[in-house]
Amino acid sequence: MDYTFHWRPVIKALPDLFSAALVTLEVAVLSMIIGIAIGLLLAMMRLYGSRPMYYVATIWVELARNTPALLQLFFFGFGLGAFGWHLSPFMIVLCGLSFNNAGYLAENFRGGFQAIPKPQYNAARCLGMSASQTYIRIIIPQVFKLVYYPMTNQMVWAVLMSSLGMLVGFRELSGATQFLASNTFRLFEFFLVAAVFYYVLVKLILLVAHLISRRLFTY
Amino acid sequence: MSESANVIQFFTGFRLNDLPFLAQAAGNTLLISVIAISIGTVFGCLFGWALYASKYARYILGSILDVFRSVPLIIQLLLFFNFFPILGFPLDPFAAGCVVLIVYMSSLVAQVARGGIEAVPESMRRASRSLGMSYFQDMRYVVWPIGVRAMLPAWTGVALGVLKDSALVSVLGYLELLRASQILITRTQEPFIILAIVGAFYFALSYPIGKITAKLEKRWQYD
Repeated sequence: MDYTFHWRPVIKALPDLFSAALVTLEVAVLSMIIGIAIGLLLAMMRLYGSRPMYYVATIWVELARNTPALLQLFFFGFGLGAFGWHLSPFMIVLCGLSFNNAGYLAENFRGGFQAIPKPQYNAARCLGMSASQTYIRIIIPQVFKLVYYPMTNQMVWAVLMSSLGMLVGFRELSGATQFLASNTFRLFEFFLVAAVFYYVLVKLILLVAHLISRRLFTY
Repeated sequence: MSESANVIQFFTGFRLNDLPFLAQAAGNTLLISVIAISIGTVFGCLFGWALYASKYARYILGSILDVFRSVPLIIQLLLFFNFFPILGFPLDPFAAGCVVLIVYMSSLVAQVARGGIEAVPESMRRASRSLGMSYFQDMRYVVWPIGVRAMLPAWTGVALGVLKDSALVSVLGYLELLRASQILITRTQEPFIILAIVGAFYFALSYPIGKITAKLEKRWQYD
């Protein structure tokens, strides 16, 4: 083994890596928020929507679940260029991750909706709530409790998937790592540090999710 | 003489005889994912058993496997691929991709398999042991049939995930579907249609498996 490890360039680049990690977190959180909103809509469309709505939602969900995330990113990055839409790297990753998250979360939400007993809906309506009140105040909070664990999982996946942004030129944690690594040719050291960053990030997310769940679901 | 005759065509459009090229690449995707899924499942089941059986394994093996689930696959691939030249013998992309995918798959399956074993009621296992079965007979005839049914849906999800994640091996230079699509896009300059075709290939690989296991799961529920 005639390779000497050089850690100095990595240590010098640590502030850059920190800010890149923040970018990763930012895009993951944003895609999660958009994904939850669209996923909820898709789940309701598949459960209660008319025929065409059902088909649109089903096609979205099946496409998101049955093609690789990287292909979806390439699609938003290069495929849309055919129509003259050129998204920025940030938008590519955000759109791709939101599309993917929405598809996966829609299935979770659908399971959650089906697990809520029907009489609860009837009872709420009998007590004089309107349909939207019933959903917003009775059904959806319970669904969120049921899908909370799958949702934290999806959040972790979103962070891990955002690493694909490096292949479409987005400078999040992986992209910045690759950029810095190719500046100094210290590929292995940089990617090892990036792996540690990701590990810590994931553990932090799980810890925060656990703390939030303790606060939210005490009853 | 028309104008177009003087223009040299650098880029040719998508042609029908590009489809066999894509099909071959789909075969490569299938090859690497079948290897990763089959070997990874065997190791994953063994790890899962160890996680269930021993407290030390749960702490040591569990936290090692946890690392592979918490680090993006693309980083794992690049790290592993760049690690072997340091030792002095470079690995080809296929071998490196296989190893990383196997480790990744087994770390995911370990958790699923442990859940499958835990799904078997304790009283049932006590009953089988008190009927005179040995530990391994109990594992083979009681835990295995029930556990496999319990872990099937989660296992399918993991296996399909690895099938799709095998697209990342393209980063190392292994010629699978996604890399083939990049090559074709470079030649034809028609990203939309080629990405759609490649997406259809992936869909055709992944969708039937999901549907078949969903059906199998339903049938197994009622016997």
